[in-house]
Amino acid sequence: MGRQFLPALFIISPPLLPHSPSEPPLEPPNFPGDVVAHHPLFNPLQPGYLPPISITPPSTRKRKAAEAAITDDQPLPESATKAAHTGNATLVGRSRKPKPASTGPATTCPQSTESASSASSTCQKKRELATPATTEASMDSDDDFMSDVSSQDDFLDMQGSDDESLGEDFGDLDTGFSDDKDLLKQKRKPYEVEFKVLNPPEIEREQLVQINEVSAILGLPPESAAILMRFGRWKQEKLIEGYMEHPEETLEEAGLGTNFEGTAKTEVVPGFSCEICCEEGDDLESYAMRCGHRFCVDCYRHYLGQKIKEEGEAARIQCPGNKCHRIVDSRSLDLLVTDELKDRYRTLLTRTYVDDKDNLRWCPAPNCEYAVDCAVKTRDLRRIVPTVRCICKHEFCFGCSVADHQPTPCTLVKMWLQKCEDDSETANWISANTKECPRCVSTIEKNGGCNHMTCRKCKHEFCWMCMGLWSEHGTSWYNCNRFEEKSGHDARSAQAKSRASLERYLHYYNRYANHEQSAKLDKDLYLKTEKKMTSLQSQSGLSWIEVQFLDTASQALQQCRQTLKWTYAFAFYLARNNIATIFEDNQADLEMAVEGLSEMFEKPVSELAELKVDILDKTAYCNKRRVILLSDTAENLKNGEWSFNVEW
Amino acid sequence: MASSFASKRLSKELIKMQDHVPPGITIVKSDSLEEWQMDIKVLDENPLYKGHTYRLKFTFNNKYPIEPPEVQFIDIPTSSDTPRPIPMHPHIYSNGIICLDLLSTTGWSPVQTVESVCMSLQSMLTANTRDERPPGDSEFVAYNRRRIRDIPFVYEDDNV
Repeated sequence: MGRQFLPALFIISPPLLPHSPSEPPLEPPNFPGDVVAHHPLFNPLQPGYLPPISITPPSTRKRKAAEAAITDDQPLPESATKAAHTGNATLVGRSRKPKPASTGPATTCPQSTESASSASSTCQKKRELATPATTEASMDSDDDFMSDVSSQDDFLDMQGSDDESLGEDFGDLDTGFSDDKDLLKQKRKPYEVEFKVLNPPEIEREQLVQINEVSAILGLPPESAAILMRFGRWKQEKLIEGYMEHPEETLEEAGLGTNFEGTAKTEVVPGFSCEICCEEGDDLESYAMRCGHRFCVDCYRHYLGQKIKEEGEAARIQCPGNKCHRIVDSRSLDLLVTDELKDRYRTLLTRTYVDDKDNLRWCPAPNCEYAVDCAVKTRDLRRIVPTVRCICKHEFCFGCSVADHQPTPCTLVKMWLQKCEDDSETANWISANTKECPRCVSTIEKNGGCNHMTCRKCKHEFCWMCMGLWSEHGTSWYNCNRFEEKSGHDARSAQAKSRASLERYLHYYNRYANHEQSAKLDKDLYLKTEKKMTSLQSQSGLSWIEVQFLDTASQALQQCRQTLKWTYAFAFYLARNNIATIFEDNQADLEMAVEGLSEMFEKPVSELAELKVDILDKTAYCNKRRVILLSDTAENLKNGEWSFNVEW
Repeated sequence: MASSFASKRLSKELIKMQDHVPPGITIVKSDSLEEWQMDIKVLDENPLYKGHTYRLKFTFNNKYPIEPPEVQFIDIPTSSDTPRPIPMHPHIYSNGIICLDLLSTTGWSPVQTVESVCMSLQSMLTANTRDERPPGDSEFVAYNRRRIRDIPFVYEDDNV
């Protein structure tokens, strides 16, 4: 197992576009045994376009699938193209048979537009789809083995879903550094990562697709497959491998047991007595999971309600029986609890799903219910700062959930925030602003008076300037000219050292904090902008659309300040070398541009209309400087060019 | 305090125990449905516990038996007519708090009863040979202000 995944062949999904009756369905491929596959990048006009390839001979099933797919003949729509190239590009096969660049609807070639129109779904779904097809080419791949059985189900599943819901697992094919990414280079800047935002129904559907897949492969009921998947933290390959090797142990560990007989229903069993409430009665309705531990429906409900509502448990609710580790499955649950609890249960399951999956992360914004799907792994975080933007507009780091902190890598961010928070800086201040009594080491802050210090605690007399013994000063009292005096030397050099490092820190911290503060002020400004825009509309006769430049400018300002802020934390940890100098130049350029724009922005409303062109220019310039700075930093980070003054 | 669900179940337990209790277990106080007290004895020859009787306090909330009761040993000084020490055990703190996964939300099963908990504790004592308190006992006893159910015990040692 573990053979390299060969991106050779694609099965086409049924089109998402409604079938148009005026157009006759295409004939199945007229070269029997040939299924022609398409890359999602199927658009000859795209710069990254690579012609599709055909491979012989696929199995009948696959042909059927392909035929099913090629029943619609839609011209390539805009949206499909767009979706296609926002999709992932890792599945590009080497071309064997160049395809004519015609995309017309009347093409005779069965492999033409069809796949393109379905590409919007295909590209997102590529893994599920691609893998079964690949079986022909690489029979022994892990992925093939798992997806193979279920591919037909997938076909059906896919029809009803929209393209956003399907992008499960594309991450595995895309580490963000893949060479195939070159195809999209012109689309994405070096500091940007590919990601997708999912809403709760999409997340739920994503789970369902995987559950159905595993259910089909292993021949387990879906609710049991779900438990198995949650047990294995959704790592399908590993799970199936483990299951194949030790089916019984795996099932037992997952809390499933090996008995899958019978249907879930509540029953009235004569002579039954419930062990929880100790009630008995021949008409007592009761329920037992496959483990056979039978309790009355009322107690079961109490139990499940307690677990779900009070304990927030869902994925690992066990049978109420003593020492029984059987997990309560969703089918049993559906049978027993109220709709309100079912909703809560599903929400909790979705929560564990996102928490379990490495490629998913909740948007940390308050009350935001979206999750982001991104392929960047923890180990990549040394070389990339994966900033993502939720639909709620919150920008955050996929690696650590902190608000956008480009260009500083996560680890340094953590160190920096820790440092800013730490009392160690208070200590630093103390050592820079105070001195210690040379004898009893009490901390002393001089607040006036002469250099002749007498420690209040130990009555030691010393000189504040040279820290030497006062008695050594002889007659030159109150005028310390004895700089080279041995007794004060050590005390002074320790002082100087701590002062220099504190000043260095303060230099960066002040600028960091300043931008943070300014960004907050900018936020107020942003709110005022709307007012300004309204008054601008009435004063200058500009239309709503014409005053949007202020909104754009305000947003640019916010974003640039956020970046600038973190450049100072970054610079604090940066070792001095040539690229550090370049970085500082970029930083200075951006800072100048930002301050320029910020100043303009505060002009009286009456002048704003005249400044429109200027503001637009400055906004564009700021954005450009930001892109330059971030691109440069990201490139160097990716290539490991930076050197830092700390280990991380 | 106790809901009808809890009180119904407790009165049934009581009726059953009044009829018959396993050896070494005595009901001391069961007049309220919020707190019961039980005496337990270790029946075999284990020298650590031989000849002693221990007092257990059960506190039930209205979620019982879906939620576990709070169970701890209580100390009645030797000067009294019925001295009840805290048994020596590596999972029992000197203030009577018991670290037993059976009594946690994860280890609890609604099928458990006062009787079955008493029996489990009997056997927990019987099986023990170590005349010691849990590590960190003095600090725990001095500083713990949490209720028993809020203490994040870690149940790693199944041997004693």
